[in-house]
Amino acid sequence: MRALARTTWVELKLFRREPLTVAVTLGLPLVLLFVLGGVFGNTPDPEVYRGVGPMDYYVPAYIGLVIASLGIVGLPAHLSAYRERGVLRRFVASSVPMWAVIGAQVMVTLVVAFLGSVLLITVASVTYDIHFPSSVPLVVGGFFLSGLSFSAIGVFLGSAFPTARAAQGAGLMLWFVMMILGGAGPPPEVLTEGMRAVGDATPVRHVILLLQDAWLGFGWNWTETLIVAVFMAGAVLVTILLTRGRLGRER
Amino acid sequence: MATVISVDGLRKTYGSTVAVRDVSFTVDAGEIFGLLGPNGAGKTTTVECVQGLRRADEGTITVLGLDPATQTAELRRRIGSQLQESALPDRIKVWEALELFTTLAPGAAHWPTLMEQWGLSGKRDATFGSLSGGQQQRLFVALALVNEPEAVFLDEMTTGLDPAARRVAWSLIREIRERGTTVVLVTHLMDEAEALCDRVAIVDGGRIVDLDTPQGLIARHAGQVEVRFSAHLDDLSWLEAIDGVERAGRRGNQVEIAGRGPVLALVASALVERGIAPEDLRVERSTLEDVFLTLTGGPA
Repeated sequence: MRALARTTWVELKLFRREPLTVAVTLGLPLVLLFVLGGVFGNTPDPEVYRGVGPMDYYVPAYIGLVIASLGIVGLPAHLSAYRERGVLRRFVASSVPMWAVIGAQVMVTLVVAFLGSVLLITVASVTYDIHFPSSVPLVVGGFFLSGLSFSAIGVFLGSAFPTARAAQGAGLMLWFVMMILGGAGPPPEVLTEGMRAVGDATPVRHVILLLQDAWLGFGWNWTETLIVAVFMAGAVLVTILLTRGRLGRER
Repeated sequence: MATVISVDGLRKTYGSTVAVRDVSFTVDAGEIFGLLGPNGAGKTTTVECVQGLRRADEGTITVLGLDPATQTAELRRRIGSQLQESALPDRIKVWEALELFTTLAPGAAHWPTLMEQWGLSGKRDATFGSLSGGQQQRLFVALALVNEPEAVFLDEMTTGLDPAARRVAWSLIREIRERGTTVVLVTHLMDEAEALCDRVAIVDGGRIVDLDTPQGLIARHAGQVEVRFSAHLDDLSWLEAIDGVERAGRRGNQVEIAGRGPVLALVASALVERGIAPEDLRVERSTLEDVFLTLTGGPA
């Protein structure tokens, strides 16, 4: 546990020293939210946005997007760079357990996603008249499940790609698809059937539904819980099979 | 003397490439043991198997009584590694790296002392990415020593160091040994192996081609001694009659004698006997480099 705490603390400090990453991770969803808020406002329309105000729709959706961007862009690029440059070997050879190095990445993802979400909610509530979550515990529960699930996907991508560049490229591409089609871009109601099918296949779609249902008072969505959990379990399983516990040993 | 490392019949392949074949050696406690060979000879693969960073295909390895493949965690606590081709996060500071690795090593050394010893105090708050190659190497060696290891593996540790820093590193390696730590040194630098190692294994093409003390290797493979001096001599046959002299020749007024054994003393005494006292009498001995070239058939 001490190994995890120490490694996490160092990793958080390292994250803070990457101004560009901090700006993109925390700033980009904020900018997008502003633009969408400026265009659509927060007046409910029964045809789109699940019948709620656009801003009430987008705030939980963007929490999902923050989690997704950390999980599929930030974490894989970081982890594969560590692998590629021999940082993992260095850590492992010095008795820093592999699980602590990966655990620290997961912790950083959760902490930064949490800070990003708080920032997002604060700004949205100041600038638009958004409704607050109907159940804070359910939103927090959804947040952690989603954070863990996307961390697992991130660890998988970070272990699967041969180089940091490849991981970053693939992560960004996935991120754009998820943003546009997964429910954080145009409302799913206006997408074509094919686009919606692609969106439904992305994990972010289900994370967004889980968070929105908790936020908007539709209750805890067990179906989405199951799907998000399956994405997590699948990612963990594939990672284990792929690396056979050798991450940080042989390259 | 207690055996710290024993490797028997090690073999490791990557796909169809055989990196190491039938490598066997032992390292005694308190010894500086060198693996010397050209790049790609299999040195790093060998020590990485010994450290449990790679799994051997065949052969048995024992380090401090442990099997690196199965008792990896315990082994890691008792050895120190300065790995080739490894790095730290670019933005981690020198003190943070030392502190992190120290807090995770039970019974760890006092890291500020290590930082001082390895000349990094001035770089305490510098980030890893801003360090020069030599400073990074020194940090790696300091990190390899944070857990007060019983055996330490140094893989091309002086690569990137300037000549002065290399000398400092050499004296620190000798100090590590003085404290009773066994040192395994991987290098492609002949002078380094000759200056530091008690015994050297010459590795080429994935095999150990010979293993002995540097002096033993020189005597066996390149034992020739060359003696030179200036003198106007017409007849050299009496020089060739001296015990151990194989050949005597002339280049201008330079006399060159090649032979084996205590040739210098015998030649000097013969010269004095004849009333010749050249001021520039000198001897050139073979070095490990000559041995290396003989054994591997090419420069490192």
